[in-house]
Amino acid sequence: MESLFPLGIGQYLIGGLLVGLGISFVYIMTGLVSGVSTTFTSTWSFLSRDTTSFFRREKFLNSRTWRLSLVVGLMLGGLMYLIFINGGEATISSLSMTRLFFGGILVGIGTRMAAGCPSGHGICGNAMLEKSSIISTITFLSVGIVVALLTQSIL
Amino acid sequence: MNIKKHIAIIAGGALFGFGLAYSGAAVPEIVLSFLRLEDFGLVLVIGAALVVTLVTYQLTPKLIPKPILNGTFTTPSRLPISKWNVIGAVVFGAGWGISGICPGTSFAAIGMGNWPILIGIAGMFIGAYVYGTLRNKGLTGIE
Repeated sequence: MESLFPLGIGQYLIGGLLVGLGISFVYIMTGLVSGVSTTFTSTWSFLSRDTTSFFRREKFLNSRTWRLSLVVGLMLGGLMYLIFINGGEATISSLSMTRLFFGGILVGIGTRMAAGCPSGHGICGNAMLEKSSIISTITFLSVGIVVALLTQSIL
Repeated sequence: MNIKKHIAIIAGGALFGFGLAYSGAAVPEIVLSFLRLEDFGLVLVIGAALVVTLVTYQLTPKLIPKPILNGTFTTPSRLPISKWNVIGAVVFGAGWGISGICPGTSFAAIGMGNWPILIGIAGMFIGAYVYGTLRNKGLTGIE
């Protein structure tokens, strides 16, 4: 067990339960599913005037405001951790800007192409027992592992 | 959408984001340690979140007729499996393996004061713009 979980298992299980409870709360109160990656497409609709544009499809127009509320909530949750758990000390990554930027671009393209990310497919879609989510999740986990191992050996 | 719903979504999102922060999933280095098979904690995070969400999604619509703040419960779309589910997941998996960031965790990371992740979020917006532009130029896709 120690070799599989060098940092212990407590934080992972408690954190995961809280993630599930947050997503459950949104569903019980509003019936909405908490996928995050659609926000990147739906937010562009605020800047798009062309009514035939992909960005202005009905599903993006209809969900663009509550999706921003979900993002505000996510940031607020991180801020609560910063204040109440971490004593105001920021957690700052040392990854290079190049990796974050180009990684981010691939994340943006890929999640929109697959219509979901770890929250949308990995948690919500799988919890809806969607076959497409199960396929996407297995694929991105496998590719993520291969690419991370390759990146580690190259960089 | 009324203000009560927005407040509920912000509150649920805050619990979601706090859980991501507390679990370590919002720290890209911890995600990368899982993807390099050094620490399997992320499996527990996704597993615990999935079990809770599965119970909620499967049981709630059977127990109450509609959400507490009205509306309708989102039901499974049951879209057929598309090649784009695989191709998109390959592209996402590559970005995830390089950077350790994904959409939900990035926003929680900003709350934790991890400002370099803003660069990753900018990349995600650019990526979604590139994808939408490709769709406008005739690329087929899921949505």
